[in-house]
Amino acid sequence: MKISGSEIFVECLRKENVEILFGYPGGVVIPLFDKLYDAHDIHFVLTRHEQAAAHAADGYARATGKTGVCLATSGPGATNLVTGIANAYMDSIPMVAFTGQVPMSLIGTDAFQEADITGITRPITKHNFLISDTSKIASTISQAFYIASTGRPGPVVVDLPKDVSTGVIDFEWPEVPPVPKGYKIPKYADTACIGEAAEAIRVSKKPLIYAGGGIIISGAEKELLVFAERINAPVTTTLMGLGGFPASHPYWVGMPGMHGTYTANMAFTECDLVIAVGARFDDRVTGKIEGFAPNAKIIHIDMDPAAIAKNVEVDIAVVGDARAILGQLLEVVEPRGRNGWNDYIEKMKKTHQPTYDRDSGILKPQYVVEQIYEVTKGEAIITTEVGQNQMFASLYYKFDKPRRFISSGGLGTMGYGFPAAIGAQLGKPDAVVFDIAGDGSIQMNIQELATAVEQKLPVNIAILNNQYLGMVRQWQELFYNKRYSGTCIECQPDFVKLAEAYGAHGIRVDKPEDVRAAIEKAISIDGPVILDFHVDREENVWPMVAPGAPISDTMEGLLS
Amino acid sequence: MRHIISVIVENKFGVLARISGLFSSRGYNIDSLTVGESNDPSVSRMTIVTRGDDSILDQVMKQLNKLVDVIEVTDLPRENSVRRELCLIKVKCTAGTRTEILEVANVFRAKTIDVGHRSLMIQITGTEGKINAFIKLMEPFQIIEMARTGVVAMMREMNETAGQENNEQNGQ
Repeated sequence: MKISGSEIFVECLRKENVEILFGYPGGVVIPLFDKLYDAHDIHFVLTRHEQAAAHAADGYARATGKTGVCLATSGPGATNLVTGIANAYMDSIPMVAFTGQVPMSLIGTDAFQEADITGITRPITKHNFLISDTSKIASTISQAFYIASTGRPGPVVVDLPKDVSTGVIDFEWPEVPPVPKGYKIPKYADTACIGEAAEAIRVSKKPLIYAGGGIIISGAEKELLVFAERINAPVTTTLMGLGGFPASHPYWVGMPGMHGTYTANMAFTECDLVIAVGARFDDRVTGKIEGFAPNAKIIHIDMDPAAIAKNVEVDIAVVGDARAILGQLLEVVEPRGRNGWNDYIEKMKKTHQPTYDRDSGILKPQYVVEQIYEVTKGEAIITTEVGQNQMFASLYYKFDKPRRFISSGGLGTMGYGFPAAIGAQLGKPDAVVFDIAGDGSIQMNIQELATAVEQKLPVNIAILNNQYLGMVRQWQELFYNKRYSGTCIECQPDFVKLAEAYGAHGIRVDKPEDVRAAIEKAISIDGPVILDFHVDREENVWPMVAPGAPISDTMEGLLS
Repeated sequence: MRHIISVIVENKFGVLARISGLFSSRGYNIDSLTVGESNDPSVSRMTIVTRGDDSILDQVMKQLNKLVDVIEVTDLPRENSVRRELCLIKVKCTAGTRTEILEVANVFRAKTIDVGHRSLMIQITGTEGKINAFIKLMEPFQIIEMARTGVVAMMREMNETAGQENNEQNGQ
């Protein structure tokens, strides 16, 4: 039976088990929306901006492990997705972004709402497609989902011209995705490589496991735990890897890098072996390369060969899936006994915990995060915006399980956390979800309050309101003689009234003693809540490594 | 260090832009890039001449390999590959210089493909070095226009004798 391209589109979503689609309509995608109108099994979520649709799809993907899907119209709709697509690309998030396109006959004519979105998104997608024929819709969508979710995941854009979506043909679904000839998915490493890694571990006196987002993507958290306990090695996890190893475990030393813990940074500086698993030696982690892990051999396990030896020199490269490789290693690696290195690290960890002034009587952002942790017993899904709020969340909320910390790592996208929280809440309806935000970044996608209210989502937004763009202000304080150029944002909306204007709830908190009750109240409210915490205006994130310095130069601020 | 990389890609719309975009967005150098259909019409062969140290070359190869449309990437070793380029040169000539130009072209096994009152168009194929040498000899006569294809290259059969025979046939 012949059906239209738009019906094929909907059928393909069903074949790919898409439950939720985030998006925004427009002229050339009306045929798609017309068919979605009757597709009651696919929950369409209308965001108020396409960027938020992409972030929501991204948050949904991170919370559930499934592929996030979004849809926008051509031209401005498509270009509004770009930040969300780039964000997903940098953090290896499986996403399929559908964009409408002007009819094939108008492409290249500067038609109304035309943009070359495949050209624009080429450097920020794992792959992209322009479908030129209705007969290719099914095979292309099948490929798009396969490519987005396999290997090192990433966003795939599918551009659908209007005449392609209105064309009529027989629907045929390829049961096996038509994989491109050159598409490679490494899984297991060769045994020689594994043997070499095992030998390096055997002779190491001071090993350090450095785990990243690859642990979470591949679901390798159990293998990592067994591996770390087998070789008795301290573990540091990147921002993207938080929750990949239990923060409550005695071997966990915190996050490394610019705002990493003193212990993690010194462990890198003093170890004789780094076992990197699914982590890519980001410049925010390594600091000045010359001072990074100066005495260590480096084993780098990664799905993406291009991630290996990109930023640091590597002694043993192991290409493959983190879970599979850790499984291989566990078969051959010998148990390693504890030694002075373990005692040294544990002692350092006890005496160098990140901390702040708890007795000032002033509301501190760290205290707010700690209280969210206490009230939610560490079980909440925490999304963040970008800046100080992100670092306070990563330092003061302890993540014991994966997919509980959702944050823009690679791109550092302000405005990410709230729409991501909407996606996470829709993907995990029973979870308590908090977006830990700054007063600057929440205003980048605050219009999504309408989406959260409409969808009746109990998302909690904890604004650490200091009336500054806090992280930039911190740099200006420390490195630019307190010349706060462009970072003071005293002209703020009344966030409580703003929440109420959208039909949400708002709670303002000024005193430390009111924090806990406010958090408890927010959780008890069945709908979106803004918690406007007016915190110490010039509180800084510590520890910190100055830009361009080696991570051995970790400044701790206050010490306990 | 200069490298010649052979890239086998799907013969599809947009692949060239993907490859060239990769080089520009990551700051890799391209000296020349040639592309054309291979003996299998579904795949094309690109020959890319690039510069960089070992770590840059390693990244170039890996990043190319990551592209979904890329089927195979090979760094062609100088000793085991054949490299050729085609160049068209329009050179100014007079009755007095025509014979001399033709003689030089003959030595280089170049072909004269267009003769005018004031110019000659010469087609030369060979290694980049050979073409560069020819251009240098033409410069005193005044080159009016020139078009170079960039290098195309392929691996030899991995057999010393076969390689030597090919060399002899090609007059190298």
